[in-house]
Amino acid sequence: MSVDRRTALRLIAAGGAAATTTGAVRGDEAPAPPPDAVGLLYDTTKCIGCKTCVVACHEANELPPETREWGDGLYDAPTKLGSRTKNIIKLYRDDQGRESYMKEQCMHCVDPSCAGACMIGALQKREFGIVTWVKDRCIACRYCQVACPFNIPKFEWDARDPRIVKCELCRHLLARGEKPACVRVCPREAVIFGKRDELLAEAKRRIDSEPGRYVPKVYGETDGGGTQVLYVSHIAFEKLGLPDLGDQAPSVRARAVQHGLYQGFVAPAALYVVLGAVVLRNRKRIGNTDEEDDA
Amino acid sequence: MTHVAQPLGGPLLTRGYRVLLGMAGIALLLIAWRFAAGLGAVTGLNDGYPWGIWIAFDVVTGTALACGGYAMALLVYALSRGEYHPLVRPALLTSALGYSIAGVAIAVDVGRPWFIHRIPLRPDLWNLNSALLEVALCVMAYVIVLWIELAPVFLRRWAAGGETGFTRFARAATRGLNRAMPFIIALGILLPTMHQSSLGTVMVLAGPKLHPLWQTTFLPGLFLVSCIGMGFAMVVVESSLAVLAFGRRPETPMLGRLSRAASITVALFLVFRFGDLAVRGQLGALFAAGRYSLLFWLETILFVLPALMFLRATVRRHLGALFGWSCILALAGALYRFDTYLLAFDPGPGWSYFPAAPEILITLGFVAVEVALYVAIVKRFPILGGPSARSGRVEVTA
Repeated sequence: MSVDRRTALRLIAAGGAAATTTGAVRGDEAPAPPPDAVGLLYDTTKCIGCKTCVVACHEANELPPETREWGDGLYDAPTKLGSRTKNIIKLYRDDQGRESYMKEQCMHCVDPSCAGACMIGALQKREFGIVTWVKDRCIACRYCQVACPFNIPKFEWDARDPRIVKCELCRHLLARGEKPACVRVCPREAVIFGKRDELLAEAKRRIDSEPGRYVPKVYGETDGGGTQVLYVSHIAFEKLGLPDLGDQAPSVRARAVQHGLYQGFVAPAALYVVLGAVVLRNRKRIGNTDEEDDA
Repeated sequence: MTHVAQPLGGPLLTRGYRVLLGMAGIALLLIAWRFAAGLGAVTGLNDGYPWGIWIAFDVVTGTALACGGYAMALLVYALSRGEYHPLVRPALLTSALGYSIAGVAIAVDVGRPWFIHRIPLRPDLWNLNSALLEVALCVMAYVIVLWIELAPVFLRRWAAGGETGFTRFARAATRGLNRAMPFIIALGILLPTMHQSSLGTVMVLAGPKLHPLWQTTFLPGLFLVSCIGMGFAMVVVESSLAVLAFGRRPETPMLGRLSRAASITVALFLVFRFGDLAVRGQLGALFAAGRYSLLFWLETILFVLPALMFLRATVRRHLGALFGWSCILALAGALYRFDTYLLAFDPGPGWSYFPAAPEILITLGFVAVEVALYVAIVKRFPILGGPSARSGRVEVTA
């Protein structure tokens, strides 16, 4: 089947318009990564757990310290992601006692559940496929938190005007031509930044070039419909706290249900017409009760 | 005979009523605290369990318990069972109150309620993939529809009296509404069909965080059927309470027949529930050890027992038995919703949720406001049908 150039342009324009108005994928198809998708590749064998990336993330995103009291001292020491921590390094241990550091931040899913959940598009995949949050559109219903299979979006529980906080891949730095803060400061290049397809090729190259060093799988290539943050690891991914999601994004099933019921609003409209006709007929038969009450 | 609805009359500020107002006052103070100090100050909510009892009880369970108006409208207007008509108006009132309170609960629960108006007013921003958007729009619309359905009750009272602009307006509005009513009633059946099922769809997106005994693309169907059963059960519960509290003439034979409709919806629910588990190959999980299979069987027993009891003529003839078993059926539907939204929802290790005391007190305050408004309205407006059996006994202990 051939599509002439003008038709193709029109389709792209229409698709773009649809994407900008709702930021949503239509139908129950699984989307491919956007052509401009960028992301991170984290390599557990390279990370030394220095947490420089955690500090740099705080600075770059102007987040207040996550203070914690231990003994008689006060520390800026986050232990997990939170409304003041968009990036964290954790240590995991598998059944054989092998240890591994793990970097957690938003996975920037190819088909994000949070964006599928969001009622008026506060969370959407925008430029470079980065899942971004727009304050003006958020009523803080927290459905994104319920939906995210990685438990990434965080909420400001002690704020009067709370925000949803999550890694946005330092898009303010990308706009200036800089790399994300975590990548820029990493002394071991344990986390690198780039176009998703190039990162994926690099991940596979590393696995192939040193057989036995890595688990032979790139997490995020297809997991949960694919993510723009990719992982290679020397211990099993589930030991790093990465869920086994299968290859299909949860949002595909949710969309299938919603579209099955509401495609083109045909079913509800038809039901309303039928109901209207039935009620009109039955109400005559039952008798007009309001007048009866007046009697 | 015709059932003529009448105001109950009687004093409003009884001792029980003052207790209700006190509970509402406490909740109001706590809500003020919530808006001053943030959600974390008054709730047990956290990033793993971002939705707690305000959503699981006040909204998801509360609107299902308020499905009496929907269930009765289905029965009377869609299935043409006119004999149940006297039960419609009180059911509509509890529905209108239940949904309105659920709306208030949402405004307290969301972090930035001052932007809620953007949901209905900015269709250009709508994410049509979001089941929650569908719920939000439909619930907002249904609250309006419910009060319009009830409007003739208020208008008739306001239409009485001298020839003023207001009474003329009330009379004209009554006539206009009467003509439009079939289409409003149809809307009052369509909207709950849509959003009660969508309340199930909402949790499909929770994916693997919801236990496989509950996680299914059939959630919308299960939520829809169970809310109708809960609606019938609550009509029986409320009618029985009206007998107890207001000394109304018992409508036991009618309620007995209604309970059979509840049995049918429960049977349908159970066929869907087990059929879905069989299709998904999850029947084995029913016999696995642990709290999830336990919760499932508790749910199922709570559904099955009342449905079986309603088949017995002795139960159907006895108001107390009808009341008790209807309460159990409502509880079954409530547990199914609590399981889906909270108890079978597991965000992973390291997270737990239990409602904080202020959170519970705010929920109790919502219930108190609902009961207080119901009592005030049935005492002042013609809602309840039939004459009082024990005349003079209109004192209420709420």
